[in-house]
Amino acid sequence: MAKPTKIREDSPALAVQTPPEAPPAVNKLAPAAEWVDQRSGIGKVIKGALRKIFPDHWSFLLGEIALYSFIILLLTGVFLTLWFKPSMGEVEYSGSYELMRNIPMSEAFASTLNISFDVRGGLLMRQIHHWAAMLFVAAMTIHMLRVFFTGAFRKPRELNWIIGVGLLSIGLIEGFAGYSLPDDLLSGTGLRFVDGSIRSIPIIGTWVEFFVFGGEFPGELIIPRLYMVHILLVPGLLLGLISAHMALLVYHKHTQWPGPGRTQKNVVGYPLFPVYAAKAGGFFFIVFGVTTLMGALMQINPVWLYGPYNPSQVTAGSQPDWYMGFVEGAIRIMPNWEWHLGSTTWSWNIFIPFVGLMGLLFTGLALYPFIEAWVTGDKSEHHLLDRPRNAPNRTAFGVACMTCYGMFWAAGGNDIIATQFHVSLNDVTYFMRVAVFVAPVIAFIVTKRICLSLQRRDAETVLHGSPTGVIVRSPDGGYTEAHTPVSQGEAYTLTRHPQWTPVESGGRVRQRLSRWFAHGQIAKPTAEDIEAASHHAHPISPVDAAADETASIGSGKDAE
Amino acid sequence: MSERKPLRRRRGTRAFVLAATLGLLAVVYAGFAPATRSLAENTEQITQGKDLFATNCASCHGLGGEGLAEEGVPALTNVGAAAVEFQVSTGRMPAPNTVSQPVPRENTFTADEVAAMAAYVASLGTGPGIPNEDQYLPSGLTAEEIAEGGELFRTNCSACHNFKGSGGALPNGVTAPNLQETSPQHVWEAMRTGPGQMPVFASGAIPDADVKKIVAYLEQVNAQPSAGFNLGGLGPVSEGLWAWIAGIGVLVLFAIWITTKGARA
Repeated sequence: MAKPTKIREDSPALAVQTPPEAPPAVNKLAPAAEWVDQRSGIGKVIKGALRKIFPDHWSFLLGEIALYSFIILLLTGVFLTLWFKPSMGEVEYSGSYELMRNIPMSEAFASTLNISFDVRGGLLMRQIHHWAAMLFVAAMTIHMLRVFFTGAFRKPRELNWIIGVGLLSIGLIEGFAGYSLPDDLLSGTGLRFVDGSIRSIPIIGTWVEFFVFGGEFPGELIIPRLYMVHILLVPGLLLGLISAHMALLVYHKHTQWPGPGRTQKNVVGYPLFPVYAAKAGGFFFIVFGVTTLMGALMQINPVWLYGPYNPSQVTAGSQPDWYMGFVEGAIRIMPNWEWHLGSTTWSWNIFIPFVGLMGLLFTGLALYPFIEAWVTGDKSEHHLLDRPRNAPNRTAFGVACMTCYGMFWAAGGNDIIATQFHVSLNDVTYFMRVAVFVAPVIAFIVTKRICLSLQRRDAETVLHGSPTGVIVRSPDGGYTEAHTPVSQGEAYTLTRHPQWTPVESGGRVRQRLSRWFAHGQIAKPTAEDIEAASHHAHPISPVDAAADETASIGSGKDAE
Repeated sequence: MSERKPLRRRRGTRAFVLAATLGLLAVVYAGFAPATRSLAENTEQITQGKDLFATNCASCHGLGGEGLAEEGVPALTNVGAAAVEFQVSTGRMPAPNTVSQPVPRENTFTADEVAAMAAYVASLGTGPGIPNEDQYLPSGLTAEEIAEGGELFRTNCSACHNFKGSGGALPNGVTAPNLQETSPQHVWEAMRTGPGQMPVFASGAIPDADVKKIVAYLEQVNAQPSAGFNLGGLGPVSEGLWAWIAGIGVLVLFAIWITTKGARA
């Protein structure tokens, strides 16, 4: 469980919100610092910032992975722009990679080969950049899942949640633009995929296609345009949104796990300086190191094997990077529904899985905090996190959505599944068509049962203590496991969560949803329950407990 | 009477000219025909092949190689020796059943036995013969020609066999095999005979010179070092899997490590 990290009692690093008056600084830099402070008043800001408290838990570092990957992307990306030529002008390759000798290709692809084979460190930089991009979106995704399952999106953080959804969605666009830039066979195939998806938009599809590509696919404009999107427009948006995301984080203060001494009004943890600066700074180097190792040891996107883009070619195993895999999968398993009205074609087979699914995902994500608040009628502020088990319906719903996403995702690799596991491509496809609907339902039921079982165990632990692993035999031959009572702090942590109460107001739909959301939770032990249970508990000597029980039955004390 | 003599003489001349022409043709034919085996040897090989065929192939393909259309078993009357050499020496034939795709297994026949079956099947009709080494073995190709082989490979082969010949999926449980271990001769034979769902790439479409370029490209592209572990050479699916396992997985372990450490004064 989410136990608060132990902090040594004698640690001077323990959070002290009001530091004692510091003695006058004897420092060579002091006059300079004073000069700046007197003119900008920055000292007060820095002092506040340096003492900013962050709670310690591994799951709070997932967003940092995304932030650090983004920094790595900026650094390696700048390196790559020094040599990359965003042009679709045709050249004959004359670089040092023999197997492309004299092959006609775009300048974009030729310069990507040049970076890979003739620029010192270029291939490493390309591979780090690509791995960092995969990690960037992956880290944003698990960070979002953490926020979802702990209820950290609730008031007052709904806006920051929406900014996060925005970051994730334009992160996908950024990744896709980068995937398309080298103009190799795979990226061209991906562009063709998007081209077809744009065309599937009813009425305006063809017009939008011509607008985006500057005429027929592929034209000569798309690479320069995507280059602008990839290195200027979207990174600018990302930077702005990340700044807003972190400004709101500082303003709201970080959420924390419930525990003794942790309230809705304080934050228990380490201050930014020196502890968190060291931890987070160190973590940056770890992220950079892991990404560099991946770039050095694991081949990614070997463009020289794919060859230059040629619309007459396609290769088996043409897939997007993982974060677009769910759309790829949806299109692969979608039945071939198409209307022909007059001279028009309505390609629902492409439009529903592409525009429909992505729209559903991101709209649903953005609206979820408001939908849940409407269902629960909860208008209060939350700075303490929910343990996922204590919000069983939310947790089960989240796992169901993850399962649905996972099924679409796996469907995007249906050919790889077929060849690697020696099954029929058709069978995988038919299975996935059913699984995207059925698997989430199963996941919901299973997750909810697990959550409720964990709630029961928590209640059990509060009432009867933790099992000790010591098996005791009683004089009459029975075996029992001795339990040791939990500390008051732990009991508090296990019982702090509020019980869900359905709303009484609002329309029928809202009331029914609200009752459903609150349904099935395990009532947490009341003070009387704990009192009654502690009366029974004789952890050291179960024999006494048995005797006591006999006595109480005899005296009829517990009879109701 | 006086007219008969010239007639007779003419007849004699005609017979002579006919005989001389035939003789000359026979000499010319003998000079040009590939006479590596005598007729008797060929007959003997075909007879041996027919016996082997009857034992190993006829239960599905029929004694005369007529096939069984309703079971999807192809007729072998016009497939040529190359098809037999490819199917048998890669171990695809004899297949264990007529339902699933024949997959490469260990070939238990000797080279002579394969040649005998090939000769028998070739005698049933027409079709490409077993190629000589100079038809498929690349040698003396320039870098440009090998690079052109890459373009030919990506245009004609990679849609099913993947960008470096790692193989791929086809409908209904059929797969396009991995080509990285396939011998040049078998590449040639597969292209000319179109085994399974593979189309025939006849010499009119892709001449032997281009087959050599493709073979050379495949050999070189698979001999070159990859930029780190190639993760199966399967493209973005395996890359995504590794990003999550080796990337996010390892970083989460580090995050746990960092936050379990308290601060020491």
